[in-house]
Amino acid sequence: MNDKPTAELDTPSAVPRGPIPARGWLVARRVRQSGLLLLLAAMVVGFTRADPAFLHIANLMSVLQSVAVVAILAAGVTLTLAVGGFDLSIGAVAASSVMAASYAMVVWQFDAVATVPMVLAFGAGVGLVNAGLIIWLRIPDLLATLAMNFLLTGLQLIPTAGRSISTGLILPGGESANGVFDPNFLALGRARLGGVLPVPVLLMLSIAVVLHVLTQHTRFGRLLYAIGGNEVAARLAGAPTRALRLSAYVISGTLAALGGLVVAARVGRGDVSSGASLLLDAVAAALIGFAVLDRRYPNVFGTVVGAIFVGVLLNGLTMLNAPYYTQDFVKGAVLVGALSLTYGLRRRTS
Amino acid sequence: MYDTSMKAPDQILTLHGLRKTFGATPALAGVDLSIEAGRILALMGANGAGKSTLVNILSGAHAPDAGRMLLRGRTFAPASPAEAARAGIATVHQSTQHAGTPGLTVADALLLDRFVASGSPLFVSRRSVRRAAAAVAAQAGFDLPLDRDFGEIGPADQQMVAIARALSRDAALLILDEPTASLSAGEAARLFGVLEGLRSRGLAILYISHRTGDIERLADRAVVLRSGRIAADLPRPIDVSAALTAMIGRPIDSLAAERRECGAVVLEARDLVLAAGGPPLDLTLRAGEVVALTGPLGAGKSRLLAALGGAAPIAGGTLRLCGKTFQPRSPGEAIAAGVVLAGPDRHRSSFVPSDWPGGSVAETISLPHLRRWFPAGFLFGDRERHAAVNAIARLRIRAAGPHARLATLSGGNQQKVVLARWQAEPARVLLLDEPFQGVDVGARADIVAALRADRDTATLVATSDPEEALQLADRIFVMERHRLTPWMDPDRFAA
Repeated sequence: MNDKPTAELDTPSAVPRGPIPARGWLVARRVRQSGLLLLLAAMVVGFTRADPAFLHIANLMSVLQSVAVVAILAAGVTLTLAVGGFDLSIGAVAASSVMAASYAMVVWQFDAVATVPMVLAFGAGVGLVNAGLIIWLRIPDLLATLAMNFLLTGLQLIPTAGRSISTGLILPGGESANGVFDPNFLALGRARLGGVLPVPVLLMLSIAVVLHVLTQHTRFGRLLYAIGGNEVAARLAGAPTRALRLSAYVISGTLAALGGLVVAARVGRGDVSSGASLLLDAVAAALIGFAVLDRRYPNVFGTVVGAIFVGVLLNGLTMLNAPYYTQDFVKGAVLVGALSLTYGLRRRTS
Repeated sequence: MYDTSMKAPDQILTLHGLRKTFGATPALAGVDLSIEAGRILALMGANGAGKSTLVNILSGAHAPDAGRMLLRGRTFAPASPAEAARAGIATVHQSTQHAGTPGLTVADALLLDRFVASGSPLFVSRRSVRRAAAAVAAQAGFDLPLDRDFGEIGPADQQMVAIARALSRDAALLILDEPTASLSAGEAARLFGVLEGLRSRGLAILYISHRTGDIERLADRAVVLRSGRIAADLPRPIDVSAALTAMIGRPIDSLAAERRECGAVVLEARDLVLAAGGPPLDLTLRAGEVVALTGPLGAGKSRLLAALGGAAPIAGGTLRLCGKTFQPRSPGEAIAAGVVLAGPDRHRSSFVPSDWPGGSVAETISLPHLRRWFPAGFLFGDRERHAAVNAIARLRIRAAGPHARLATLSGGNQQKVVLARWQAEPARVLLLDEPFQGVDVGARADIVAALRADRDTATLVATSDPEEALQLADRIFVMERHRLTPWMDPDRFAA
């Protein structure tokens, strides 16, 4: 890079072992590094030529708005991937946060100022429980969080006996709940800053920036990755591995709850089936993120680009009248393609 | 019984001008050797002398760059370990716990490679497995507990399983790599009996070991490798002193590090018990001295270092650091107090994967010091890069620069990075567990010099290689079964 070699390194033998990369190899590497970004740009150009309305600011904002929740959840998953774990409970955390927020406002008649912190604390609490299962009971990350996903998916149905929540809900006891959604709360999902920038998009972008800086440019982030790379080495280097692992899950749970709040605010009711596809979409975004810049490790920037990539593709295809039921297939194809690009080609060329 | 003088033994394997180069360093620089039937040939050499390369070539894991091999008179150029095994080379590697897995019976473990082989029947019955396994054990002449779980049998039995399995296809040459490394004295004696039995049946055995006692007792001939060449070829009775001199390249007395005046007591252990029921041990470390612990694997060296470095609990006794009670509950606490530990096997205990964040030279060095170097928590600034540039110059690390990935460095240079990590900030006590694994002679000399140049830190090094201990230390202790014995007289090494 920009480092001047020291005198000792000027001897020819100081060159590290291994074949000298050929020109073609370097080209291939560049292509892989920028591949997904180039593809994203190509898609934007292609969709715009097919329909100039694609590039209108309103449409772009709607694309971003459609991926905001997934990107927020996926950024949290990325942190758990960085510590070598995997939070599969985020879908259920988001869905039960939708229910919890609705229940708080409709049944308990809370306002936004009380509801939002309560739901975020709920998400953080789930993160704590996940971390407890993983760290103290030593349940493998995937199993613990998948079990938690199941548990929460069921738990959210119990208070309302399986009904969706809106004003006038008949409770299991027979009385009806007459609270309403606080307009300030609804603004969380529906307001636009300056009439242009939707609040969810603003949330997504700020979370992306904060978590990117946190993971790439702070001591905390370096230690998170150290744990994911080699937990023994991180512990022997003095890192408080348990506290760090715990904080990754707490952040992930909190962000999933925030995603749930945004969904509740946008929909304006507590729908029992909301958030069904959030888990897989968020995991896909985080995994596509491995391929962005050919990093091959979980990274927040890649995750957010991955989420936007999927959003652009789906929006463009919808504009071109692709039927809605092809969406999951398209997402899956992108994921398989992106992972093959990073892992498969890399092995052959290196 | 065997008699070396009766007749010229058959040549099983002959090597002519074998060469192998990794990168710029020749691992084998022209080896000529013949291995005879019914003989035990000891292969000796310091770390990095080319022993493992030779074994890897014989067992088919690597191909030589030049040279010829003849096995039973026919050209031998195996393309894979499986091909070498079919041709009659039976190799038993050092870690024999991989010969089977817990949950498999000994019988299953004996037949593992047959299960894997193509053309083996899809369905196997318990009875047929047991019968076939009994045949394998009988062929090797071993009495093995066929029905027991592989995970429950001792290391000596695991070794026997590995040997019996290796011998199950008509083997001509048995290669054993440090077979006694994890065995107790009694178990080792049993293994020697087995090997003598195999020898009397005409098997050629290539025996690789650091243990001069084993070699004196067993070997009919000893070949010493140094820098990829044969430095000595000694008949029985083996002159161990000559072998060691050949190994190191100069007489032993010139090798031992000079003893020096040392500073104040830094770390003091009194009646330290490493594991419940173990013997208490005392140890005093002074500023500026290098103390080595040697002794077989499993003697408690790693355990002692881990206990001092806060990575393992102690069962009893007291530790004092600079006069104050020292009770680290985690490596983090020990590091904060100035007691730092570099664990054995750098890939397991020190490094993250090379293409993972944190896998560069600079990031590896800085990991324990992030709090001190970046008190605000943000990793901006040159502190990390400067530390790496300094270390690269000071320890003569061959790397493309501070941001080079670890995988682009050779083993010796990787180990220098580990040392650079723990010397980047002043430490009171530096604990190094097997710091010379996979380190070539040149890099080892640099590391030794760097350790001895530090006159403020007390350094404690665990190594199972007595030669390394001699080269490095002001004082040496032999550790056996959690017990420390001072090793005062270097002549005992040669005796």
